[in-house]
Amino acid sequence: MTTTPSRERATPTTDPALPHVRTTVIVGVRVLGGASADILVRDGVIERVGRVSRADRAEFGADALVVDANGLVALPGLVDLHVHLREPGREDAETVASGSAAAAAGGFTAVLAMANTSPVTDTAEAAERVLDLGRAAGLVDVQPVGAVTKGLAGEELAELGLMARSRARVRVFSDDGHCIDDARVMRRALEYVKAFGGVVSQHAQDPRLAGPDACCHESELSGRLGLPGWPGIAEESVVARDVLLARHTESRVHIAHVSTAGTVEVLRWAKRQGIDVTAEVTPHHLLLTSDLLSGYDPVFKVNPPLRPQEDVEALRAGLADGTIDAVATDHAPHARHDKEHAFVDAAFGMLGLETALAVVSESMVLTGLLDWEGVARVMSVAPARIAQLRGSGGVAAHGMPLTAGSPANITLVDPSAITTVDRATSVSLSRNNPWHGRTLTGAVVGTWLRGRRTSDPGRPS
Amino acid sequence: MTRHLLSSADLDRHQVEEILTTAASMHDVQRRDVKKIPTLRGRTIINLFFEDSTRTRSSFEIAGKWMSADTINITGTGSSASKGESLRDTVRTIDAMGVDALVIRHRASGACHQVAQWVDASVINAGDGTHEHPTQALLDAYTLRNRIGDLDGKHVAIVGDLTHSRVFRSNVITLGRLGARVTVVAPPTLMPSGIGSWAKTDGFSTSYDLDDVLEGAVGGGVDAVMMLRVQRERMSGGYFPTAREYTVGYGLTRARLERVVEANPDIAILHPGPMNRGLEIAADAADSAQSVVLDQVSAGVAVRMAVLYHLLSGLSGEDAA
Repeated sequence: MTTTPSRERATPTTDPALPHVRTTVIVGVRVLGGASADILVRDGVIERVGRVSRADRAEFGADALVVDANGLVALPGLVDLHVHLREPGREDAETVASGSAAAAAGGFTAVLAMANTSPVTDTAEAAERVLDLGRAAGLVDVQPVGAVTKGLAGEELAELGLMARSRARVRVFSDDGHCIDDARVMRRALEYVKAFGGVVSQHAQDPRLAGPDACCHESELSGRLGLPGWPGIAEESVVARDVLLARHTESRVHIAHVSTAGTVEVLRWAKRQGIDVTAEVTPHHLLLTSDLLSGYDPVFKVNPPLRPQEDVEALRAGLADGTIDAVATDHAPHARHDKEHAFVDAAFGMLGLETALAVVSESMVLTGLLDWEGVARVMSVAPARIAQLRGSGGVAAHGMPLTAGSPANITLVDPSAITTVDRATSVSLSRNNPWHGRTLTGAVVGTWLRGRRTSDPGRPS
Repeated sequence: MTRHLLSSADLDRHQVEEILTTAASMHDVQRRDVKKIPTLRGRTIINLFFEDSTRTRSSFEIAGKWMSADTINITGTGSSASKGESLRDTVRTIDAMGVDALVIRHRASGACHQVAQWVDASVINAGDGTHEHPTQALLDAYTLRNRIGDLDGKHVAIVGDLTHSRVFRSNVITLGRLGARVTVVAPPTLMPSGIGSWAKTDGFSTSYDLDDVLEGAVGGGVDAVMMLRVQRERMSGGYFPTAREYTVGYGLTRARLERVVEANPDIAILHPGPMNRGLEIAADAADSAQSVVLDQVSAGVAVRMAVLYHLLSGLSGEDAA
């Protein structure tokens, strides 16, 4: 993305070989969009939020990084509950390192890497490997998601307990890409993860109602286009079953990428009953609609599919009122040759990390549905809580308040920057970018992970 | 004329009528002893069939050959995905050889639309998945006009598996362009989603009851009835319980044939083939004096000659025939 205007005057320090900047002062920033303040960061921790005088700054010496953030908004580092980093297995589409760079450029400080790699993340060893790749990249905290069932086959439970006890401390389990269709398997998984406070993230798609060929929202348009449809009920019926299973098992369930108004209704009901359910929505489901499919362009092929405007409106309302807890990108890079097939044969999924904040700004902030504090809630605080990234048991803390004592995970946003998305400038290895050519308002201009700058404003972000 | 023929919607009424007029002169060529005309000499047409087809492929091949084009058939079953090559790579490879037209049949809806964006050649949709089959609709219109005259105000019933039918999707457009009134008939499970609002927008009628339609209770007396092929594997998909039950509800049985012929001896009976005799159409109906099934096949060559002429004639200074 090319972003204008860039107010940054800071020296980028993304290269891990560069000496660590001990002290950073972010001057004149609107914390969560509120009153202007300065943020003083020392040794990876927020030391002060308030006024940092010129005299104070002189005291820090020349190695202090001073960022003029006049007019910018500071958010706690963004947390993404749902990304596909493709490593191991499809390093031609994305690696943990390239995906981490895309995440940092998009303002994220932590991402949850889905288990549908090759091999699948269904053992402690596989989870630790992803964790270590993330640490080696060093740009975001990469927290592996464990598979619920062996090989994502939906039949036998994977070694959930061993993954939970591993160095990766896995707490979120998902067969994402596949629905846990068998009610008995889902019940057992929900029961079993209670032992270590885990949560099952469900990809809700009844395979009998939306089969393997289903590739777009079932509607008049799918009928005209002759494309096998994916009706909303295929999602809603599974969500309804699973919230009841969560109640029955007294466990916690998370619904991935909610896409229909009907699901929002079910979730609203469930939360009113006190059922322990959380949910996420993707940026693309907040802005893109199913009518984009009329040209059969596989860049718009995604699972769950793009839905009509009525669903988009319901998802926005659900996110605004807390029925949907979080925004998660479902960042799904694909090699060009996996997308350049006939529509039904092309791979599902679209890029999302670098554009997420801008899309949320466009769909939720400019529409008056969320203020920046609300954005912090749905893109940082709530996802960190759902993923249990709370700083205990060796797991890093994210989504913490921007106050003294918190780890310095900070995302700087220019709320008025106008950005025209150019897929060619993405730091992802893939180019399946549905936002290409679109103009969006609001852009990430800086990301800090524990005091270290991880995004480079001089580089396209 | 547009460069590609991807959808029946690409042609307005005037263009449809032009093609049908050209098809009539091509039909005369077809009746000659020596059928070769030089119109497309030096042009190269590739019939790229990713899905099995006998009649459409040979019809395009004959059409090209009679017009002196070099026609080459490339067939392949299964998706190119399974061979590891993307569709884009496959068609760009062929396009790079310098062809003038790609006639494409693919089991995936929209494949021809996608290909048209990747190649320089003219793309002709010879059937894409369950989406469209524009030359079929043109040959059906041509056949109908020869049998029952001008289609303005005529009532055509299309009966069968609408959900999976590209013939229905193209015919409802082309027949509509020519002023015909169309009623589509199927059990609810074989109607595409959203067909109610679709029918309202595009001005056709729908019915679950074949007898109502044939008796003229929906949209008045019927001038033509087009029976669509019903694949037996739809039963395992739960679309209908048994072949017997389908035939009783939606087949053009001998009893129904007798009733419609009594009401209108000039009714035309169409079927795009291949027919499941005894399932959607009784042998008596397929072989009746009202059946135009073989006229459809014969018209197929003439209509495809006309389509090739109109799409490629920008390259050619010669007259049609």
